[in-house]
Amino acid sequence: MKASRNALYGGLLLLPAAVLLWTFTYQPIVTTFIDSLYSTPRGRRPAAFIGFDQYETMFADPVFWKAMLNNFIYAFATIPLSMAMALAMALLVNSKLRGQAAVRMAYFTPTILPMVAVANIWLFFYAPDYGLVDRVLQLFGLGGQNFLGQPDTALAALIVITIWKEAGFFMIFYLAALQQISPTLMEAASLEGASFWQTLRRVTIPLLMPTTLFISVNAVIGAFRLVDHIVVMTKGAPDNATTLLLFYIYQVGFGYWDTGYAAALTMVLLVILAVIALVQFGYVDKRIHYR
Amino acid sequence: MNADFRSHPVAALTTFAGWFLAVLWVSPLLYAVWTAFHPAAYGARFDLFMPLTLENFVRVWNAAPFARYFLNTFALVTVTLVCQFIVCTMAAYAFVCFPFRGSNVLFMLVLVQLMIMPEVLLVENYRTLSRIGLLDTIVGIAMPYLASAFGIFLFRQTFKSIPKELEEAARLEGANGLQVLVRVFVPIAKPTYIAYGLVTVSYHWNNFLWPLVVTNSVETRPITVGLQVFATIEQGVDWSLITAATLLSVAPLLVAFLLFQRQFVQSFMRAGIR
Amino acid sequence: MLPWKRATITAALAASTLALVGGGACAKTQVTFFYPVQVGGPLTQTIDGYVARFEEANPDIDVVPVYSGNYLDTTTKALTAAKSGTPPTIAVLLATDIFTLIDEDAVQPIDEFFKTAEDKKWVEGFMPAYLASAKVDGHLWAVPYQRSTAVLYWNKKAFAEAGLDPNKYPKTWDEMVAYGKAVTKKDASGRVTRWGVGIPGNVGSAQWLFGALAIQNGAKLMNDAGTETYLTDPKVVEALKFWVDLSKVHGVHPPGIQEWGTTPSDFLEERIAMVWTTTGNLSHLKANAKFEFGMAPYPGKVKPGSVLGGGNFYVFKKAPQAEKEAGFKFVKFMTSDPILADWCIKTGYVAPRDGAWEQPALKEYVAKVPEATVARDQIAISVPEISTHENSRTSKVLNDAIAAALTGTKTPEKALADAQAEIDRILKPYR
Repeated sequence: MKASRNALYGGLLLLPAAVLLWTFTYQPIVTTFIDSLYSTPRGRRPAAFIGFDQYETMFADPVFWKAMLNNFIYAFATIPLSMAMALAMALLVNSKLRGQAAVRMAYFTPTILPMVAVANIWLFFYAPDYGLVDRVLQLFGLGGQNFLGQPDTALAALIVITIWKEAGFFMIFYLAALQQISPTLMEAASLEGASFWQTLRRVTIPLLMPTTLFISVNAVIGAFRLVDHIVVMTKGAPDNATTLLLFYIYQVGFGYWDTGYAAALTMVLLVILAVIALVQFGYVDKRIHYR
Repeated sequence: MNADFRSHPVAALTTFAGWFLAVLWVSPLLYAVWTAFHPAAYGARFDLFMPLTLENFVRVWNAAPFARYFLNTFALVTVTLVCQFIVCTMAAYAFVCFPFRGSNVLFMLVLVQLMIMPEVLLVENYRTLSRIGLLDTIVGIAMPYLASAFGIFLFRQTFKSIPKELEEAARLEGANGLQVLVRVFVPIAKPTYIAYGLVTVSYHWNNFLWPLVVTNSVETRPITVGLQVFATIEQGVDWSLITAATLLSVAPLLVAFLLFQRQFVQSFMRAGIR
Repeated sequence: MLPWKRATITAALAASTLALVGGGACAKTQVTFFYPVQVGGPLTQTIDGYVARFEEANPDIDVVPVYSGNYLDTTTKALTAAKSGTPPTIAVLLATDIFTLIDEDAVQPIDEFFKTAEDKKWVEGFMPAYLASAKVDGHLWAVPYQRSTAVLYWNKKAFAEAGLDPNKYPKTWDEMVAYGKAVTKKDASGRVTRWGVGIPGNVGSAQWLFGALAIQNGAKLMNDAGTETYLTDPKVVEALKFWVDLSKVHGVHPPGIQEWGTTPSDFLEERIAMVWTTTGNLSHLKANAKFEFGMAPYPGKVKPGSVLGGGNFYVFKKAPQAEKEAGFKFVKFMTSDPILADWCIKTGYVAPRDGAWEQPALKEYVAKVPEATVARDQIAISVPEISTHENSRTSKVLNDAIAAALTGTKTPEKALADAQAEIDRILKPYR
């Protein structure tokens, strides 16, 4: 009786989400997989079944491997660094800092400025010789850097932009969580003679764990989907030094019009994201009491 | 820790660090303001005594419908936010209060695609949208995001943490399922809603690639796409115009944030997210 | 609903109302026109003006321009629209996209619309160099409209400072290097404060300007059928080596990749004394430069030469026949001599018809702005930009190879050999 009632109500409540998720996530995943087994139809040539040929092409494609490597560097740099910066900024703003409101506002500005808009501003910051960054470096006798035009600095330059963009946003969540920590807990810690670092490690960070999980999900999502600045600034150049997976998919799908190959690339990205989700929640969720 | 920071001998250092980062973080905005109010010829140099001008803003305002773009983005964010709240709340409520055979499997399916954002599937989603005739509409831009696995997951976690007794008490008072949801669950989950709402607003305020692909006309283009179409660099970057356009399009949000930042931050902090 | 659909309905409604009121007005034919330009730039107003003039002369046709950003975005939009069954009627797209558009079965040869002797005469009026880039398989697929060529701008003040004749621009590669060395300036710490020459090598510019370097060395990058590239030709390799050596050996070019978008600023800030960019930058530079500068044709090794750039008018195959006929009429109007002359004056694009240069307005303009003729006179010695089947993919491969060579990760020989192998693989099905 209860079971069938539950199934009815539960089913009805889930229906809108189920329909939308099916239409825009599961069904496209299935079609993408099927597409990846066919050659790309061209105006005059229909698609032909080719099995796993697209995947073979992909594993032999140096640009694909480059994009994978870049994306992992990008993820492993932007995720921890932007989260650490966010925590540091939240701690700073949470302390009784002079001009706290202004500082907080400053940290939050990247969230208000859309990436496509600031990308052009950063283009100026990174311009060799007269760009802002280079001018500062010139003071130390290190000028003349062409950050976006050299393969060894281009990706790092984009990582800096992403950290700038994300850290300010994540800071707000850490700040809110910090304010929830009861002051008595902190007083107790300092009465016991714990140093700032000890308190941070033993009390603050464990208490922030749920927030950290929340932020980390967003950070991972960002690391695989934030390619706006690549579209505007580098288009993957120089020599694919800044090509990330999603940008490559966009380029293959909407630049080369090779939908079959784009489908195979998409499948790889899908598997990566699904595995990350499972690991993150299969493993981490057990250890954090997510209230 | 507050006290700790203050009494600490490194308080001055803290203040310095805080301000140093603040200047770094706000520098793109400062540069935008500086450049937008100066003639184009000064776009790439710093001279304290160069003439001020409003001409960039006049040119930008006459050149492209930024007010319209702003309205489009506003509509897009509102539609997305409201629908996400409703759809994800319903789903989360079902997972928590009406478990049935197979609902755990369904939840696993939701979890698997927690990080698969619709833009990853943009080739396929474009086709779907074109089939149902929603290309180049604001609803069409929002559509793939309306059911969010992340939202369902978050709300479910929060709902699960709500003591059963509260729900039962409400039931004893004769509340039906909907009333329990609206009177008990949603108010307690308010912090989660605020946090998730902030994520959604920021996401769609900034979203670019997907709207770029699906919009064609001034009536639907959000700010991000409008700015990109405006800032096309076929003939080199004209920073004074681009910064003026950027400032014009973010001005409403910036001003609102400046005016209400105290209220915003405080209510957000009171709520806190767990 | 798509905007032009909506507009069609509005137009239809308006027309039927008119018919009811006035009795006798017939429904207008709607022409959707994708045009790559930043929305609201000064160009859109000019285009809107032409559209108004055309509609006045053709009250039965309604032209709806859709301004859609840069070429890349416009091509993407036009092709996605065509694939989902609602193509624009006509569009200005890159001349180099011709093979892609044909392979996707998106466009129709424009010569299929020619009916009268007058049509024939009109098409013969285009400069042959520009028409060449629109001919494939014995058909003419597009007509030239907003065309440009790549040119050199030089800073006369910097030349004078370096003891050079400020009015003499380099005519050979050796001269360019020599002048470059003369104007390159270093500060006390040995850091270069002014470079001799800058050639943009970012994605999108590299393959274009490399075409110029190749023809200057007497080499071509591809065949006319778009099925072969000649990247391993020793002359092509030598051209890339020269580009690399500008920085590596001669020290006159900034290291790494020169960015297209910042090149005008580099020139205006006097960071680089000679830049390679498009005729389209002239008015921007004129308005903002604080020094005397000149615009010159490119130098040469074997012979001087440049590349053509810009967009052609295409007609989309799947648009309704009546729309296409009306669209063709509009194309003829837009490429008529008086309009092209006006367009040339207002934008700096090169009018691709000799007749346009005979128009009094343009003659008058040339007398005032002699630079305008530099571009025109260079056309005869210019070649089309590299264009093959799967063009976006092959040109990306070439771009990557050039970037690899310029940044020193590969030698020019190796980079071009790798690129040629990759392009051979891509083009195999088309041979």
